Amino acid sequence: MTDTLAIELTVNGRRRAVDVAVHHTLLDVLRDDLELTGTKECCVVGECGACTIVVDGRAMNSCLMLAVEVDGAEITTVEGLAAEGRLSRLQEAFLETGAAQCGFCIPGQLMAAQALLATNPRPTIADVHEGLAGCLCRCAGYGQITDAVLAAAGAAER
Amino acid sequence: MSGPRVFTPAARVGGYERVTGLQQYVADIPLPDVLQAKLVHLDVARARIISIDTRAALAVPGVRLVMTAADLPQPVPRFGPQFNDRPVLAVGETKYHGEPVAAVAAETKDAAEEAARLVKVEYQELPAVFTIAAALAPDAPLVQDPALRANDPLAGTNVLREHRYGWGDVDAAAASADIVIEHSYTFPMVTHFAIEPHAFMAAPDGDGVAVWSSIQHPYLLQKIMARVLGLPLAKVRVFAPDPGGAFGGKQNPKYEPLVAFMALRTGRPVRLVLTLEETFQAVRRTTTEYHVRTGFHADGTIAFQDIRGDYLLGAYADIADRVTGKASYVACGPYLVPAARIVSRAILSHTTPATAFRGFGNPQHNWAVESNLDEGARALRIDRLELRLRNLPRRGEVFIPGDTPADGEWAETVRRAADLIGWGEPLPPGRGRGIAVGMKSGPTTGLSYSTVRLLADGSVVVYAGTSDMGQGARTIFAQIAAEELGAPLERVSVVSGDTAVVPYDQQTSASRSSVLMGNAVLRACREIQAKLRAMAARLYGLDESAIVVDRGVVHLPDRELPIGEVLRPGLGRLGGELIGNGESRKEDEPDHPLGGSAAFFEFNCTAIEAEVDEGTGEIVVVRHATVSDVGKALNPLQVTGQDEGAAIMGLGHTLMEHIILDETGRIRNLGAIDYRIPTSKDLPLEMVSAMVENEDGPGPYGVKGMSEGALLCVAPAVAAAVREATGAVIRDLPLTPERVWRALQERDQERHAEAARAEPAPAEVPS
Repeated sequence: MTDTLAIELTVNGRRRAVDVAVHHTLLDVLRDDLELTGTKECCVVGECGACTIVVDGRAMNSCLMLAVEVDGAEITTVEGLAAEGRLSRLQEAFLETGAAQCGFCIPGQLMAAQALLATNPRPTIADVHEGLAGCLCRCAGYGQITDAVLAAAGAAER
Repeated sequence: MSGPRVFTPAARVGGYERVTGLQQYVADIPLPDVLQAKLVHLDVARARIISIDTRAALAVPGVRLVMTAADLPQPVPRFGPQFNDRPVLAVGETKYHGEPVAAVAAETKDAAEEAARLVKVEYQELPAVFTIAAALAPDAPLVQDPALRANDPLAGTNVLREHRYGWGDVDAAAASADIVIEHSYTFPMVTHFAIEPHAFMAAPDGDGVAVWSSIQHPYLLQKIMARVLGLPLAKVRVFAPDPGGAFGGKQNPKYEPLVAFMALRTGRPVRLVLTLEETFQAVRRTTTEYHVRTGFHADGTIAFQDIRGDYLLGAYADIADRVTGKASYVACGPYLVPAARIVSRAILSHTTPATAFRGFGNPQHNWAVESNLDEGARALRIDRLELRLRNLPRRGEVFIPGDTPADGEWAETVRRAADLIGWGEPLPPGRGRGIAVGMKSGPTTGLSYSTVRLLADGSVVVYAGTSDMGQGARTIFAQIAAEELGAPLERVSVVSGDTAVVPYDQQTSASRSSVLMGNAVLRACREIQAKLRAMAARLYGLDESAIVVDRGVVHLPDRELPIGEVLRPGLGRLGGELIGNGESRKEDEPDHPLGGSAAFFEFNCTAIEAEVDEGTGEIVVVRHATVSDVGKALNPLQVTGQDEGAAIMGLGHTLMEHIILDETGRIRNLGAIDYRIPTSKDLPLEMVSAMVENEDGPGPYGVKGMSEGALLCVAPAVAAAVREATGAVIRDLPLTPERVWRALQERDQERHAEAARAEPAPAEVPS
């Protein structure tokens, strides 16, 4: 039998109580239990960044955290960026620069950028490259993604 | 009327979904009662399957099915895009590391994973071949059962096909050449690494089946599923949501037939999402060894090319023989070559089935042939840029006898790239420059249909079966329809990804969609424009010949009206809509070596400035200029995204990517930790993407395909820059720090030996 634990967490501003299997990752719980499939699964070893979310203000690979570790935590996923259907400045910037191509890595890129801008509101290009280095984009829209983050931060251009 | 909807950076169709997490890829689509599937494979490449014991797996609570080859129709159905050689599950033996021998379906992922581990397979490892040399050895074990290759004279070998092309008299040309340069070049095994691992679902659907797949070619999948399952096409419904990156790896069916058999057996929907590791084991690029012998005249013009290319395929052909044949056909590149001999071989091995990969086999020969041209330029003391310009055809000149003539101002592209890095200007010490040309033939056949509906309120629905895998195909089609029918872009919808609703499209490949599907959409719009003309003639009592409808406007003899002002009164009180159908064909040519000439050529020039850390061998790409001849950019933002993306992907196989096999054929760097692709910290210090636009393509408004060009010749340009910066000679990719460092040591040894000989160097230039 699978062991479960009851946890409570805040996801995108909403309190959620959920019985989680103790061996399930936060990514599993977000996608399968909470049906928040915006967060993507790719490598499951913390290398690709597709599953990046913000946990208590920090960008984290949700594939590397057990769900039981986040009892009581505050979590933001890509679904939480737009307020009442209105895109955030960061999301708009991703559209304006053409950063979203196939789109599969974009939720992770957005969340890594969100965490970066929260701690470093005026990043340099190098800061953006460093801050998002954990998020692979095989369409390789790194230039456009970087432009988007800088534009959202109010910088002129890369 | 607002400005044009084409040639502008229109917002991406599907963009909102992509930045909000609402875009549903196959793994995200909820299906009630869905079972979760897991593959069972062995930790060995080739093995005889002695027995499979499923009892312990079936005893896991929640397990509904453990399927082996014995549970499938006998003989086990085989399928493939070119040869029907891939079985639904391994039959009798596995042929590569990761080939599934069984599959589990269970109520939960946990149960499926546990049960998959409990399937007991007794097996015996068998001798196998993983390299070109081993596969060609006289006593090599055969990868494919000769019984599957009836009437094939090569059936007793691992050579699947040999392709021979050529023109002119190479031997005579060799006698008159002033200099002959001959070298071998290897291209590594690399994998697509789309960030979305391949995912599949199937469900019983009335008296047929529904299949969901992250596939590029939904209509090919429909055809293959119908054949494998014995169903009419109309009873196979394929849903093809936007793939999360594909790059050729998702062109052809893989595990869809397996998942469909599981769904039909259980009577339930079944979902299979591969792990990234399983994706590595499912698709890769062909590995090559190219041997190039090039003759030059003293003025730098090419006298002949004598080229042999060996392509290492995997255990099943997939589309990789076509890759071999189509790519090697243009191995001489976009140059005027009076005599050519090209022999290429598609060679089977016990490795991951190779398939299409952005560039479709061309980066492999571009690496070899462009590097060899540099050797010629160096030996003749001719500038490398100048040598290329001397050999390029002008627009309209035939350069491959019997094929499409040069379809662009190619020298303009090359000069532009050279200018962007300041070719010929003094270099700082330790820096070098390289320039290379990439050329690839576009689709040789094609068939795309589109239906467009102009609704009563002037809004538009476009049906187009292209897979939108990041290139932005739907945006392009929306722009064309908006332009032709005068609708704002936000009032245009594009429907794709459902074979029951959207008309047939041959495939999403070879950078064809803006041209072929674009023309189909344009023709569908033209049919609506013709109906509007008839409508206006009726409404205003005019002769149709007095009316012109184009670009959203109805031109009457005395005035111009927006389409909507004719449409509403024309449709009348019942409303309704106008429907247009468009068809776009590139007919096959049975006598052509490839079955058809090129619809267009993708032409790119890449120029690189680089420096090398001599202590570590690490290459720093200082400037990377890519210039593609795109005909006309329908959406410049998307063109730049595709061009830069292809360039960076090219840096991957140039600098870091290669799959490493152990002696038993297992992939040692299986997964994201050990197989590296470019990150945001691996970019050139400066990247410039530019385009040449002469409106000379066969697509709407003069567009050409362009999504692969910037990847074709990155490797030879970077290696040439390294050579100029350091003197290090490397003919094997990737240019890892270790490989560069070793080449630097060899360079030093050579220099010491030369100094020790202390003799005057022999003249390099023949008098």
